[in-house]
Amino acid sequence: MSARVIALAVGFVALVTLPYWMPGIYYINVSSQILFSAIFALGLNILAGYGGLVSLGHAGLFGIAAYATGYMLQHGFGHPIAILTALVGGMASMAVYAVLSLRATGIGFIMITLALGEIIWGLAYRWISITGGDNGINLHGRPQPFGIEINTANSFYYTTLVVFLVAFAAVAVFVRSPLGAALMGTRDQARRMNALGYHVWAIRFWACMFSGLLTAIAGILFVYYTQFISPQALDLTASAEVVLMVIAGGAGTLLGPIVGAALVIVVKSVVSGFIERWNMLLGAIFVAIVILMPEGLVPGTARLWRLAWRKAGAQASREAERKAGTGS
Amino acid sequence: MSALTVNALCKAFGGLHVTTDVNLNVEPGERRLIIGPNGAGKTTLFNLITGELMPDSGSIQLFGHDITRVPSRRRPHMSMARTYQIITLFPNDTIIHNVSLALLGLSPMRWNPLIDMKRQGHIVEQAHEALKRVGLSHLAERPLGETSYGERRRVEIAMALAQNPKVLLLDEPFAGLSIDERRDVHQLLLAIPRDVTMVMIEHNMDVALEFAERITLLHFGEVIVEGTRAEVVADPRTREVYLGH
Repeated sequence: MSARVIALAVGFVALVTLPYWMPGIYYINVSSQILFSAIFALGLNILAGYGGLVSLGHAGLFGIAAYATGYMLQHGFGHPIAILTALVGGMASMAVYAVLSLRATGIGFIMITLALGEIIWGLAYRWISITGGDNGINLHGRPQPFGIEINTANSFYYTTLVVFLVAFAAVAVFVRSPLGAALMGTRDQARRMNALGYHVWAIRFWACMFSGLLTAIAGILFVYYTQFISPQALDLTASAEVVLMVIAGGAGTLLGPIVGAALVIVVKSVVSGFIERWNMLLGAIFVAIVILMPEGLVPGTARLWRLAWRKAGAQASREAERKAGTGS
Repeated sequence: MSALTVNALCKAFGGLHVTTDVNLNVEPGERRLIIGPNGAGKTTLFNLITGELMPDSGSIQLFGHDITRVPSRRRPHMSMARTYQIITLFPNDTIIHNVSLALLGLSPMRWNPLIDMKRQGHIVEQAHEALKRVGLSHLAERPLGETSYGERRRVEIAMALAQNPKVLLLDEPFAGLSIDERRDVHQLLLAIPRDVTMVMIEHNMDVALEFAERITLLHFGEVIVEGTRAEVVADPRTREVYLGH
């Protein structure tokens, strides 16, 4: 366990000092992208990892929050109103998602969320009077939390980092709580949970709402980062990408979605500068992960680490034995 | 007042009548055994009583309250607990986590997303208490995946007991156990105080007969014979159903 604490501490220090050792503004911006994608992935992981409910329509919710922010700003409302509308809109849409899709689990849940995501994509694309259609919505300026300008790469990075740390802490608290345990229980033995007195549907509904909140927060950060929102941000590829982040990193683990988000964003925005067919590379990486570490990068690495540790330990004790044997 | 009353209960899956006009009356503190060949509808009857299946007609009463339409998730809150024939536990978690889930199921704390479950002293204490009753407190921190089949059976019982039920439904608690394990579980069931009413489905006659005061024999979804241990064993219809002559 102490190895875990050390790793978390090193990660925290690395994140806080990142602008000082990262070479160039571009990479600081990439780090901001990783952080809000990680919030998105953490949100999906609540459902896909801890609840066993894979959603293929989460980009739709992400998009609703982003569009709501853009729309309100376009119509002259201030940042606080825009952000609040985005949060409420995102959560309300999640509630509709949940009521419709929680009628099923497994493949049924995936298909309903997929359909809902596509409907929202279709609306974004066609409801031009509100969304601007293919042209999307342009934003002008970022909010000033507590009077602080966040227009530079560094300041936006730190804002995102603060939000990310709060989201991460919230998820960490949730998974240790009785409600978190109940959610994992409904994933593993829904029938037993019902027989033990739990309201399985309501537990899943609240998990959806938590997931929706994190997704909406990620959507707001995204739209302030890019200053632009178009239907492309909420198409099926975007939904699939966040599912891949969760699965590649390790579904149902705290750190998995963060590592997964880092992997996808780095390949997408950094490696793509060197390799034209970066999509193929990403595909190859996923195939490798699924074959070598089907449980995901984080739990897979932990497993290999323990294995190596045990082997080294066994080797050392054998050597000590041999020495003792020759000595006597 | 009876602990559990089942009146004219019927259930059919399409044309298959799995429960036909079943009446059952279990007195408080009674030990009732339900026997019958495979496919007699014993587990279906349990699923109807616990509400996992809705009956087509008939009613179920728990201490005089009609619970026929009460959702199954509410029934544990009304002092009814069950175990499963096919072990239905949480394989990725420790034994104590399994029992803690059973305890939290009846506590309003189950909705709390903010507190640390492992630090809730009284839950941990009660979970240890329940594990002690089934002789597993020394294995509390062991992941369920690393326990033996017999230990899992006892975890099943510990989870039911942890909920402090007034009516306990045991679905083949001896299934798949070795002779030694069977004796342990038997001792454990005998030690349960009389304020718990127990209804047990069991194939294994030698242990089960010793346990029960009254026996109900089901066959093709119907109650064929009901009576004291001696009456049912002596009844020719029991021989017919079990031995075919």
